[in-house]
Amino acid sequence: MEIFKSRYRHLLRRYLKESSENALYQAQLFSRKSILQQISPEEIISLHTEALKEILPDLPKEVLLSFDFLLEVMVDYGLAYQEHQSMRDQQLEIKSEIEIAASIQENLLETSIPQLEALDIGATSIPAKQMNGDFYHFIHEGQSVHVAVADVIGKGIPAAICMSMIKYALDSLPESRKSPHFVLESLNKVVEENLEEGMFITMFYGMYDTVNHSFTYGAAGHEQGFYYHSAANSFEDLATKGLVLGVDQNFTYEQYQKQVEPGDMIVLLSDGVTEARTEEGFIERSVITGLIQKYKHLTAQEMVEQIYRELEKMQNYEMNDDFTLIILRRKV
Amino acid sequence: MENESYVKIMTEWDIVAARQLGRNIAKELEFGTVDQARITTAISELARNIYLYAGQGEIRIERMNVYGKCGVKVTAADNGPGIQDIRKVMEDGYSTSGGLGAGLPGVRRLMDEFDITSSLQEGTTITAVKWIR
Repeated sequence: MEIFKSRYRHLLRRYLKESSENALYQAQLFSRKSILQQISPEEIISLHTEALKEILPDLPKEVLLSFDFLLEVMVDYGLAYQEHQSMRDQQLEIKSEIEIAASIQENLLETSIPQLEALDIGATSIPAKQMNGDFYHFIHEGQSVHVAVADVIGKGIPAAICMSMIKYALDSLPESRKSPHFVLESLNKVVEENLEEGMFITMFYGMYDTVNHSFTYGAAGHEQGFYYHSAANSFEDLATKGLVLGVDQNFTYEQYQKQVEPGDMIVLLSDGVTEARTEEGFIERSVITGLIQKYKHLTAQEMVEQIYRELEKMQNYEMNDDFTLIILRRKV
Repeated sequence: MENESYVKIMTEWDIVAARQLGRNIAKELEFGTVDQARITTAISELARNIYLYAGQGEIRIERMNVYGKCGVKVTAADNGPGIQDIRKVMEDGYSTSGGLGAGLPGVRRLMDEFDITSSLQEGTTITAVKWIR
């Protein structure tokens, strides 16, 4: 403190003599150092008063008293400043905890994309913030490939925590109950029992038979996917009916089936894809089918990545929602 | 002068009286001007809390001398409703975000030692000590 005192006196004296910009620059450097040393605003006022008394001993009493007044005003500013600093430290701590949580979540929800003769599969899921409220999962069992896509209404940490629950509920379903309507009905009960009021999950569940090339699917209030007919070079909505998970325990879900021809594609997505927002508002679903057309010569994985990049660019790299896109294409 | 003095807090004017008492003692003990202002602000905050939340209570101010260390001890006591969740009121941002001022975390920062006991329906006692450096 003594060093600061004499340094301040020296700088002030110099400024009073020179009135130079250089002396003011020294003042800025001084303030930076004193901030590092956690010297509070009221202490600076006190430094100033003490220095002034020495440099100008004949100052009127009123001037000195005015600094007492100023010091009193500054005490609360000093407190506010200290509080900000300690809250900033806390924020850094929380941030690093979230980063750890996000990587734990990534490990928990990890799923590998099945590599098959019959099917070309691409999948990507990118969170808007650090933690993902979207979820996709593949299960390859015998001749079938199961695919699940889910989205919690809401995003961020609470949504991400819910997703871990969905994954473990899925994994614990017995083999005999893996047709889409069974899966949706089972998860609907799990969600209804375990999720807080007002939280909902939308979900698409499909099962691809790699021998008969049939795709059986159902959905719970999930964003509609697309079906691409290779022969006609045309798109169709993968229309489904079904209430979001977690509303009505006894809801029965419908199940649909499609015969998949060579070159046909099944496109699954979360609403983060269709609710991409540009300056003109939400994008049309035709923008997405257009992008699929544009990149259909690529592999499924390259397609989902290119489409993500284009949509990211259209939104000026500001994603508002978690983004999940999956493409399954029959190869032969 | 006796070792302990107190001010009853019943109206907003009593906050000023408590400040004055604290400042006089701080001056007399030869605290520096910055510490005088800090002690007074802490007293002010504690007295305001009594006035706003308990209705009435008192601020006691003691001179301390422990093994040659000199200081001042401020005690704020009331028989008000007590504090439901002490941890919450000690959290940064809890009172400042509501525009209530520095609050108890502020008092803790201004002083060297801080202690609080509170029970529902019985009241709250807060003590805070500042030592001469």
